[in-house]
Formats: sequence, structure tokens, C-alpha cells
Amino acid sequence: MKFLSFLAIVTLFSSSFSSETKTPALQFDSLPYAFNALEPHIDAKTMKIHYTRHHRGYFDNLIKAVKAESLSVSGLPQLFAKASKLTPVVRNNAGGHFNHTLFWSIMAPKAGGKPEGTLGERITATFGSFDTFKEQFKKAALTRFGSGWAWLCVADDGSLFITSTANQDNPLMDVAEKRGTPILGLDVWEHAYYLKYQNQRGGYIDAFWNVVNWPEVSKRFTSLTNQSKKAPEKK
Amino acid sequence: MNEPGKNVLKDLPPFKLPPLPYAQDALQPVISSSTISFHYLKHHQKYINTTNEIISGTAFEKSTLEQIIKSTAQESQYQKLYNNAGQTFNHWFYWNSMKPSGGGIPQGATGAAITRSFGSFDSFAKELFNTSSKLFGSGWTWLVKDNSGSLKIINTANGDTPLTMGLTPLITIDLWEHAYYLDYQNKRDEYALSVINKCLNWEFADINFGG
Repeated sequence: MKFLSFLAIVTLFSSSFSSETKTPALQFDSLPYAFNALEPHIDAKTMKIHYTRHHRGYFDNLIKAVKAESLSVSGLPQLFAKASKLTPVVRNNAGGHFNHTLFWSIMAPKAGGKPEGTLGERITATFGSFDTFKEQFKKAALTRFGSGWAWLCVADDGSLFITSTANQDNPLMDVAEKRGTPILGLDVWEHAYYLKYQNQRGGYIDAFWNVVNWPEVSKRFTSLTNQSKKAPEKK
Repeated sequence: MNEPGKNVLKDLPPFKLPPLPYAQDALQPVISSSTISFHYLKHHQKYINTTNEIISGTAFEKSTLEQIIKSTAQESQYQKLYNNAGQTFNHWFYWNSMKPSGGGIPQGATGAAITRSFGSFDSFAKELFNTSSKLFGSGWTWLVKDNSGSLKIINTANGDTPLTMGLTPLITIDLWEHAYYLDYQNKRDEYALSVINKCLNWEFADINFGG
């Protein structure tokens, strides 16, 4: 199952092969919408700096570090599985690149609302209700002290859980408190919201729900759980 | 003006926001009045409020800020208190580490110790900047004095403070994004360099050095 979920993620990263690098796992995707598309919840200036400076910085530094260390990267999840053995520069920048790529994809203009279908049902079954899920996710995002991320993840057994990680770590890393595959992530580094929300991280978290691209989150959930269903058939 | 306020480490709860040692616009253009306003009135105040809330009704109500920080370090059940008490101190230390028209080459005891430990002020200033540049995530860069009297430059993450490491802090630079994002956005290095060159309060470092 773990191997299969890795494959799924690698496929996501390989879907549009880039000429920027020979490694298909390492490419800088274009932002799937305009800088101002998530206004007023996330302002255009923040989006532009976040994507073109912060994310781009992680990506460029990752490419540099991979070259300098002559690492062969078949996929970021494989790299994260041995995060404890990576140099800080690779761990931080690989995390930064992966986390931001996921973040852009799970947001969209005219989005928000509630997840439908199996994911919606599973969220209700796991957390009691969609509102309780949002409260717990908000708590994880608010109580992350310093820089980091809040996540909704799928565990190896297919169950859903909420967690948070420091700096640019993520739950795919072997150093994570609780490991799983993230399907929804919220950046709570101050650079993600400070220009618009300043010290009001809570306001930023509340606004985030208006731009969550639930069809994309569902797609990620389904591809992971389909694999965990298939796995026992092999016996 | 620019006299550092009473050291908050000996304060007893409930803790209060210590006075800012200059006007909110006094560090312009290096740090805008808007940044200072949010940073001092919102962030620093919130760390103090949260510390007070956590210790209310506990044995910590009779402890000084210093005792709280030192007794909660590395105690996972007190992580939140440690973070907020540490930030209560760190921010007081940061406000006093700066002054309008600061920077330059220190002449007092700190200046002499810098020459002994780093060879020259220039190599010290370079190392201070390079160390700040390497911090990943939220945290602080510090000039500290160790037990033998020699000086070092270190980074601490999040709310960590040199007080719990047996080191005497002399001067600090806040590298949390909230310290500079409104003014510099992703250009943290520009912020750190400007603070080093134009704001550091070496008289404050001398007080800490002698203490």
C-alpha cells in the first residue's frame, strides 16, 4: 500500500514533464490560476510573492542541492521516506517544493463548500460532522507554533487524520509525528498570510475554506483508497 | 531616551507589556511604524497574555519570568508555556537590542570582546549576517557570551532563548516573518543587514555583558 501511494504521488508530479530538469519528479508547475483568482480570501500580492519568490526559491535551491550532492531522485515521497538521513538543505527545500505544489492544487477560485461523495461521508464518519472537522483542522493550524503546515491525511490503513508539521516538513517524512499521505494542506508560515491578515492567523484559516478545491482533494483521496481496496485482492 | 527598561526576567505575574524604549516610528525606514505597531502591540502582547492565562491559578504564579522559562524548557507538558514565556522575554530583549541611529562599531566592553573572539568587527558583522541568513523557519539570531567570557553567534528556533543554554545574550535579531514581512516580504537578508548596520544598540549589549 505504501509503495502504491508513492506511485500515485509520483504520477502527479510526472503528469506534465518539464524541460527544466531531467528528473521528472522535480518540476516547477505553473500556477493553475491567476494571482488574483483567490481574492479576496488570498490577495494577489501575497500569491505572487508566495509563488514566484518563496516556492520558486525552494525549487531552485532543491535543484542546486540535488546537483551538489549528486542525489538521484526518483520521486519526492521516496526522498521523504528517508528524510531523517537527508541534509537540512535537501529536506527543507524538497519539503518546501512538494508542500507548495500540493497547496496550489487544492485551492481554486469559486470553490469552497463541502466535500461530496465518499470523502464527504468519510469526513463526517471520522470527525462527527464537517463543522467539527473544520474546527479540529483550525485548531491544528492555530496551535502550530512558529512556521509550518496543517494537514488532512490518509493513513496507511485508509483512515483520515489531521496533523501539523513544523517548517517545511510533511507527514510523508519519516520524522513526522504521525505519518500518512496529505490530501489537503494549509500553509501557516506567516508569509502565507501576513500582508493581508497580519497577526490574525485565525481569520486566514477561516477564509481558506472559501477556496478549498474539494473535487481535487476528493480525487487524491479516491486514488489512495482505491489502492488500499485493491491491495487485499492480491492475496 | 534609549535607556533600556527594567529587565523583565525578575518580573512576577501577571506580566505586563514592558514599555517600548522609543516611539513606534523611531526605527523608520529600517522598520516601519506599522510593523512595530503589530509586532509590539499585537504579537508581544499576545505572548504575554497567553503566558498569564496559562499560569493563572498554578504554582507558576509565584515564579519570576526567568524561573518559568528555565523550569519549563525541555518539559513537553509545558511546551506552550515555555514558548510564550520565552517569547515574552525575547521580544523585550529585541526591542532593547535596537535604537534609532544605532549600529556602527561598539566601543565598550562588547566591542573589545568582539575583537578578541572574532578578530575584527568586520568579520564579526559578516558572521552575524551569515548566521542569520542560515536560519530556516521562525526564530532568532543572537550574540551571546559563554561562561569563559568568549562571544558566539547562535540561532534559536521559534521561542527558544539562550537563557536555557547557560549563555548570556548580548544582542538579538528577530527573524520571525512577522518582524519584517510588511516591509521586506521575502527579502529577509535585507532586513537583517539593515538592522545590523543601522539599529543595533551596543550600549544595551554592554549592560548585558557586564551583568
